[in-house]
Amino acid sequence: MSFWIDPILFLSQWFHGLLEGWGLAPGLVTFLAYLIGGFILTLGAMLLSLILIWLERKVVGRVQDRFGPNRVGPWGLFQPVADMLKIFTKEYITPSGADRIPYNLAPVVSVAAVLMLWAIIPFSITFYGSNLNIAVLYIVAVGGLGELAIVMAGWGSNNKFALLAAFRAVAQLISYEVPMVLSMLIPVMFAGSLSLNDIIQGQDLWFLLLSPLAAFIFFISQVAEVGRAPFDLVEAESELVSGFNIEYSGLKFGMFFVADFIHAFTIAMLFAVLFLGGWRGPGAEDLPVLGFIYFLLKTSVVYFFIILMRASLPRFRIDQMMDLNWKFLTPLSLLVIVVTAVTNKLLPASLPLVRVAGMIAVNVLLWFGYQAVLDRLRRGRRRRVVAPEPRPVARANTTPSTPEQGA
Amino acid sequence: MTAMQITFLMVSAVTLVSAVLVVSVRKMMHAALWLVLTLLGVAVLFALLESRFFTVVQVLVYIGSIAILIIFAVMLTQKVMVDTGPQVNRNFWLAALVSFGSFAGIVAALAQWPAFSTAQRVVPAGGEDLVALGKALVDPNGYVIPFEIASVLLLAALTGAIYIAVERKGVQK
Repeated sequence: MSFWIDPILFLSQWFHGLLEGWGLAPGLVTFLAYLIGGFILTLGAMLLSLILIWLERKVVGRVQDRFGPNRVGPWGLFQPVADMLKIFTKEYITPSGADRIPYNLAPVVSVAAVLMLWAIIPFSITFYGSNLNIAVLYIVAVGGLGELAIVMAGWGSNNKFALLAAFRAVAQLISYEVPMVLSMLIPVMFAGSLSLNDIIQGQDLWFLLLSPLAAFIFFISQVAEVGRAPFDLVEAESELVSGFNIEYSGLKFGMFFVADFIHAFTIAMLFAVLFLGGWRGPGAEDLPVLGFIYFLLKTSVVYFFIILMRASLPRFRIDQMMDLNWKFLTPLSLLVIVVTAVTNKLLPASLPLVRVAGMIAVNVLLWFGYQAVLDRLRRGRRRRVVAPEPRPVARANTTPSTPEQGA
Repeated sequence: MTAMQITFLMVSAVTLVSAVLVVSVRKMMHAALWLVLTLLGVAVLFALLESRFFTVVQVLVYIGSIAILIIFAVMLTQKVMVDTGPQVNRNFWLAALVSFGSFAGIVAALAQWPAFSTAQRVVPAGGEDLVALGKALVDPNGYVIPFEIASVLLLAALTGAIYIAVERKGVQK
C-alpha cells in the first residue's frame, strides 16, 4: 500500500497504527478517525465553495461577454477570498421581534443538510464516509432538513415577505421531490440496491446510456431542488428584493450562499454517481487515485452544465414551474419507471450493445410518444393568457424631429 | 457506563423534554419545532439500535413530510402569533387520565412480549435484512392485512382531500 496509489486509505491506516501504538482503544481510534475525517471532508467542501463561486462568476461572465473577476490574484482567483474576508467583518443585524433560536439555527441547518450528503458519496473505491445500504433514501431524507431550514428562516425573520418566500421555496422543493425520487428509482432498479457503492459497481454500462430520460428528469428536478436559475424565482434578484433570507446579513447570509453553491456541486456529484458511473473508468479499481480523478472530471462536466444552464435560460414563472413539474415531469417519470422495468426484463443482459440500443430506442419512442399525447391533449384547449394587453412603456414622440436633432 | 449508555440517556432525556414542550409551549410554531426535535431524538434512538433503515425512514417520513405539513398547518392558522388564552380546558384531567392509561396499557402489553427483556440485538455488518422486511409486509402470513388497510386509509384520505379542495364548476361560493 503506497501513498500514491491510495492516499486516503494510507493515511487512515497510518493514523490507526500511530494511535494504537500510543495505547488507545481501537474503538476510540475509529471514533477519532471518523471525527477527523468528517471534519476534513466538510472543511474541504466549505473551501471548495470558494473555487465554485469564482468559477461560476468567471463562466457566467464569459457567457455574457464580460471578463468576470480579474483583479485579485491570477485570473481573479482570490476574489472569493477577498469577499469572504469582507463578509466576516460585516455586522449581524437581527430584526426586531425575530424568533432568536430558529432565526440563528436556520443557516446552520441549511449548510448541515447539504454537508450531510457528503457522508455517503463514494469518491473512489476506498474513499467514502459511510457505505450506507439505504443511501438513496438517505439523500431524500436529508433534503427534508433543508426544507426545515428554509421554514425556520422564513418564520424566524419576523418578516411577512420572508415568510411568503419560504412558503414558495418549500412548495417548490416538495413538488420537485416527487420526480426526483421517481427518477432515482431507475438506477436503484438497474443495480438492485439502494447503496451508492453498489449502484456504481453495477454500472458496467453507464445508466445514462440505459435510461437517458431518467437522467434528464433527475437533472432537471435536482436543479429545481437547489433553486438556481431557471428555477430561482423564490429569490429572483431582478424582480423581488430577495427570498426567505432577506433579513440575514453578514456571515449568516453567507451560510445560505455557501450552502447553495455546495448543494449545486453536490447534485453534480450525485448525478455522476447515479448515472455516469461514479469513480469507474479504466484502471480505477487498481488505482483509487485515478478513480477519484475520474469522479471529479465527471462531476465537473455536470457542474459546468449547471452553470451554463443558469447563464443561458430565463427564469420560470411560478405557474410554469408547477406545470412543468406536475403536468410534465411527474407523469413522464412514472411512465419511464414502468417502461424501463418491462424493457429491462425483455432485453438480454449478456449483450451490452443490444441492451443499450434497445433502451435508447425505447426512451426515444417514449419521449416522442409522450410529446404527441401531450400535444393532442392540449389541442382545442386555449392557453390561458396571463400577460395583460401590451401597452407602450414610453409614448411615441408625435412632433417630427428635425434632422439636426436626429441620431 | 459505556459511551453508548451515556448517549442513550442524553438522547432520551432530550426527546422526553422536547416531547413535553410540544404540548406545553404557548406558540404553535415552537410546538412544531419541538416536535421536530422529538422525532429527531427517536431517529437517533433507532441509530443507536443500529437500525439504519428505520433511522432514515423516521427522518424521511416524520421530519421530512409531517413536520413540514404541521408547519404549514400552523402558518395557515389564524392568530398564530398570539399567545394569550388558557392552554387547557376543563377536561384536561380526563385527557391526561386517558393518555396515562393507554401508556400503561401499552407497557403492560409489551411486557408480555418475550423480546421485551432482551439486551440489544446484533445487526449483521451489511445492515439489517430489508428483503425480509419487504416480504413480510406482503406475506399473507405476515403483515399484509394491516399493510393493505393502511394503504386504503391513505387512499381514502387522499380522495377526501381532493374532494374538499377541488373547485366544482357551476357552484357559486
